[in-house]
Amino acid sequence: MPKAKVTFEDVGVTVTVPAGTRLIEVSEKVGAGITYGCREGECATCITKVVSGHEFLAAPSVLEHQVLKDNMAPRHHRLACQAQVLGGEIVVRPG
Amino acid sequence: MATPAAAASNGAIGIAPGVHWIGALDPDLRNFDIILRTANGTTYNAYVVRGSAGVAVIDTVKEEFTDDFLRRLESVARYDEIRAIVLNHLEPDHTGALPELLRRAPHAQLYISTRAQPMLKGLLKEDTLYYQAVTTGDSISLGDRTLSFLHTPYLHWPDTQCTYLVEEKILFSGDVFGCHFCDPRLFNDAVGDFRFSFEYYYAHIMRPFRTWVREALDLIEPLELAILAPAHGPILRDAPSRYVNRYRALAESSLKNEAGEERTLLVFYLSAYGNTRLMAEAIASGADGVDGVRVSLYDLQGGEVQPFVDLIEEADGLVFGSPTINGDAVKPVWDLLSSLTAVSVRGKLGAAFGSYGWSGEAVAMIEDRLRGLKLRVPLPGVKAKLIPNADELSHCTDLGRELALHLTGRFEHKVIDMAALR
Ligand SMILES: Cc1cc2nc3c(=O)[nH]c(=O)nc-3n(C[C@H](O)[C@H](O)[C@H](O)COP(=O)(O)O)c2cc1C
Ligand code: FES
Ligand SMILES: [Fe+2]
Ligand SMILES: [Fe+2]
Repeated sequence: MPKAKVTFEDVGVTVTVPAGTRLIEVSEKVGAGITYGCREGECATCITKVVSGHEFLAAPSVLEHQVLKDNMAPRHHRLACQAQVLGGEIVVRPG
Repeated sequence: MATPAAAASNGAIGIAPGVHWIGALDPDLRNFDIILRTANGTTYNAYVVRGSAGVAVIDTVKEEFTDDFLRRLESVARYDEIRAIVLNHLEPDHTGALPELLRRAPHAQLYISTRAQPMLKGLLKEDTLYYQAVTTGDSISLGDRTLSFLHTPYLHWPDTQCTYLVEEKILFSGDVFGCHFCDPRLFNDAVGDFRFSFEYYYAHIMRPFRTWVREALDLIEPLELAILAPAHGPILRDAPSRYVNRYRALAESSLKNEAGEERTLLVFYLSAYGNTRLMAEAIASGADGVDGVRVSLYDLQGGEVQPFVDLIEEADGLVFGSPTINGDAVKPVWDLLSSLTAVSVRGKLGAAFGSYGWSGEAVAMIEDRLRGLKLRVPLPGVKAKLIPNADELSHCTDLGRELALHLTGRFEHKVIDMAALR
């Protein structure tokens, strides 16, 4: 299975994960500071800054794109409850 | 009584040339939003602004007061004159009369904050909604009058904004600077003593969003203010900046912390036989050995919830210790943890520990609650069976030290496989 490496910068943890994993599945388990509200891509509580490797995340859905826009998220920010890891190396921190 | 009761009539009340209050009085309300007590009832303040090229309505009232609101509105404007309806906040206490207003003024343009967009649909249940989303820097013209918008989220919901009437220097602030205090004399220089209500309102509605309050104040403080017109309680026309300054004071740290640049770690515990206490002391001593961290240790049995909440608001890291009693952490821990909605704890560092006899549920339950409160919980808690042995105490010391290293950003980088995460 293709693997990816996700680094949660604020807690200094890098996790090797299978492709297809969503950030939410890992971030809470490592105790990263990314926090969640609705867990369904609506509330924008989980806005996360993708420090590097944003190209290794699946492109945002129309809905995620809209929620990011409504919440005035800067460039290279994603919803951690939605963003899916494809491969490569990705570094994130709470947005 | 020296001052006539301004709002005792059914009409609109002038607050500045061409600007009227058209809100509603709710003197008998004794409880608001479940969480607030309202000894003096409340008011739902709505306003109307007349410009040379049309009329704007700012906010509405709770649904059951729709008739009062429309009657006051009709006393100063016709529906076909209304060009703009500005909603500073979508909560039903301010949007209850909106559907009826939209029916009567269907051509009026609705202005809401960008963050109100996803919520409007949940509120109006209409398929096609016409509105304009606005943010800081946007403004609308009513001819000789300008309304400009300030994006001030989380005062009290994500959608909140303030609207500034430039020519009259009036800030229509929504919930912020409001309070639940119903007095038909309406203006802060005429009503009864509402200081306690103002402070109480801040403590329960605004305090959890302290950092957002500060950001909003950064936008509000530079404005020249003749009148502060909130959505509840007295209209602040006498020395409005006093209320802005009071908010600034409330939103800063309530206690001066001599720790200065140091990071602070609080260790709370309860202990019937001293076992969890031994663990607490070991954690504190482990953390104390790290430079740049100030550690404090508290026995929850010896204190009351409120001062602990004040301490927690200011702290960087929190550790909670409880024995397991009847399969649960003990009540004082839950009492404290359930009182933290009054402050912001998001992103603080958290951990748990405790002694147990046979099943030991307390630690995991506290950790779950800390995650639920949006703390970071990167380090697994420590459990000790009955009296902690040397090994278990050294786990506690390690936990304390690692927490302190996390707080000071000196943690070791870890590489793990997802399969290894529990
Ligand atoms: C003081 C207050 C705080 C709220 N906080 C949240 C919140 O953090 N997240 C959320 O999803 N909804 C929040 N809401 C919205 C309520 O859940 C929503 O208005 C709901 O429809 C109320 O349901 P009820 O009519 O059964 O009281 C809050 C509402 C109030 C009054
Ligand atoms: S948790 Fe609500 S959008 Fe991700
Ligand atoms: Fe509100
Ligand atoms: Fe309100």
